[in-house]
Amino acid sequence: MSKIPGMTSLLATFKTSEGSAAGVVPATGHTAWLTLFASGAMAFLAVFALALSLATGRVADRWADELARTATVRIAAPVGQIAAQTEAALTVLRTTPGITAARALTDDEQNALLAPWFGSELSLENLPVPRLIEIIENTPGYDTDGLRLRLAGEAPGAVLDDHSRWRAPLVAAANRLRNLGLLVLILIATTTAVIVTLAAGSSLSANRQVIAVLRLVGAEDSYIARAFVRRFTLRALAGGAMGTFAGCLAILLMPDPGEVAQNNFLTGLGFVGLQWLWPLIIPLLAGGVAFWATRTAALRSLKELT
Amino acid sequence: MFLPLIIISISYIQLTPNSIKLILVLLARNPQFLKLLYIELIETFCVVRQNCHQIAKETAAKNDRIRRTRVIELQNAAYNYGGGELLSEVSLKLAPGSFHFLTGPSGAGKSTLMKLCYMELTASAGQVRMFGKDVRGMSRDDVARARRRIGVVHQDCRFLDHLPLMQNIALPLTVSGKDPAAETENLRELLRWVGLEHQENARPQELSGGERQRAALARAVIMSPDVVLADEPTGNVDAEMSQRLLQLLVELNKMGKTILIATHDLALIRMAKTQVNTRVLRIANRRLQLAGADL
Repeated sequence: MSKIPGMTSLLATFKTSEGSAAGVVPATGHTAWLTLFASGAMAFLAVFALALSLATGRVADRWADELARTATVRIAAPVGQIAAQTEAALTVLRTTPGITAARALTDDEQNALLAPWFGSELSLENLPVPRLIEIIENTPGYDTDGLRLRLAGEAPGAVLDDHSRWRAPLVAAANRLRNLGLLVLILIATTTAVIVTLAAGSSLSANRQVIAVLRLVGAEDSYIARAFVRRFTLRALAGGAMGTFAGCLAILLMPDPGEVAQNNFLTGLGFVGLQWLWPLIIPLLAGGVAFWATRTAALRSLKELT
Repeated sequence: MFLPLIIISISYIQLTPNSIKLILVLLARNPQFLKLLYIELIETFCVVRQNCHQIAKETAAKNDRIRRTRVIELQNAAYNYGGGELLSEVSLKLAPGSFHFLTGPSGAGKSTLMKLCYMELTASAGQVRMFGKDVRGMSRDDVARARRRIGVVHQDCRFLDHLPLMQNIALPLTVSGKDPAAETENLRELLRWVGLEHQENARPQELSGGERQRAALARAVIMSPDVVLADEPTGNVDAEMSQRLLQLLVELNKMGKTILIATHDLALIRMAKTQVNTRVLRIANRRLQLAGADL
């Protein structure tokens, strides 16, 4: 450890601080445990909020990406004309620039789509179900209005659905969920700051006599504040690290929802690849919040106490 | 050639109507004289003005020196407590190396006056200067640094009960950023000086009243302060211990420290008067005054 440049001096500073500032202020047991527990619990929740935010972000991106590249043509024609109009529509689609592939869904695929509503025993032959054609477009895309006009001419029962009607609100909802996750993170950080401020205030009040003596023998406010700031920052860091570890472990141990369910943000909650590095900032954030909250509370309280 | 002589004469001789007439005659006979007289007067005025500036500057510097040499100075200070005035128009000047006693009946305001001296309390009126600086213009950090030059022995000693005696005595060193470990020998010597060399690891609550007072004195002088303020240092100790504490304070005074002791122990004051030149002040009717010849 001592071979790491700068580490020795950092440890020396740490030790010196312990011997001077923090050493003269007695430890208050209950605030220590409260801060540690609160910081740990908040970090645990922060991991889930972060996971939620990242998962919804992934889903939003996936939906936006996949749905933007697909469209559907529905052939709603009299039963006798469906096959002919389907063929005509497919011909139009295959000759339309910007469309990579177009294919009519098979009966089995259409059955599978309707199964949740009508059951798997349904035979499409008994129902006037429109035929669906799936379109996959390439990057520049196709001219939607032009395609609609051509389809109207060649296959009057064909209705082009480019998914834009329901894709936009879906993506917007996913993005809102992502922002909600970030808002939750901010609320957690604020709550941590409030808890640390209250704990620091309580600790300062409990040590009122000690602070008075320190002031009388010539201690500056920054010296006294340092003792409390250092103590609460370390507690928040430790609690944050433990909470983050527990949160990550909980996410890791969540049952694997399978490939299909990964598209769902609730079952796909977690981190992917380098996203596992994101939780590492949570303890640092907890420490930073504790540092700022304690310092502010300490300097304000010192003016009131002495 | 005679012109300077005439000018000097005018400067020093009281002008009478006859002498003015003489000057006017001279002026009438020689118009050049008027011009020379005018120049000479201007030059004289400039010299006088320069001298006045120099004198004012020297006086200010002298006053400043006097002010600086007073470690603590109160001018018409007052203190209100609970709606009533506890101290009124209190003026006190503590010169370096002086030895003062502050006496008066219980509740007269001795401790309050002491607290004004080390800024635990702020005067509600008047001026308090510490080492030449008006305390109203001092920041909290300035006050903290000034307190390192003042050793205070409180009536209740005010120790940190969770620290051993040695660390309590070293507290002023610790808070001023000095390493107490480097001062271990000095600390031990100080403990020997106050007769507590065997108690360095004891907790403050394990000490007797006299030992606590001596330990408080040791803590008060660890930073080699310019002034030592002791509030009823012999309040909880027997006559023998009082004498010993007084002896320690007299020794400090002989080292050049300014001492102010608040006490109602008249025997202690009389004892001190036999050993050192003291000034005894008394608080009566909210005001500070010199004590009578009986003290």
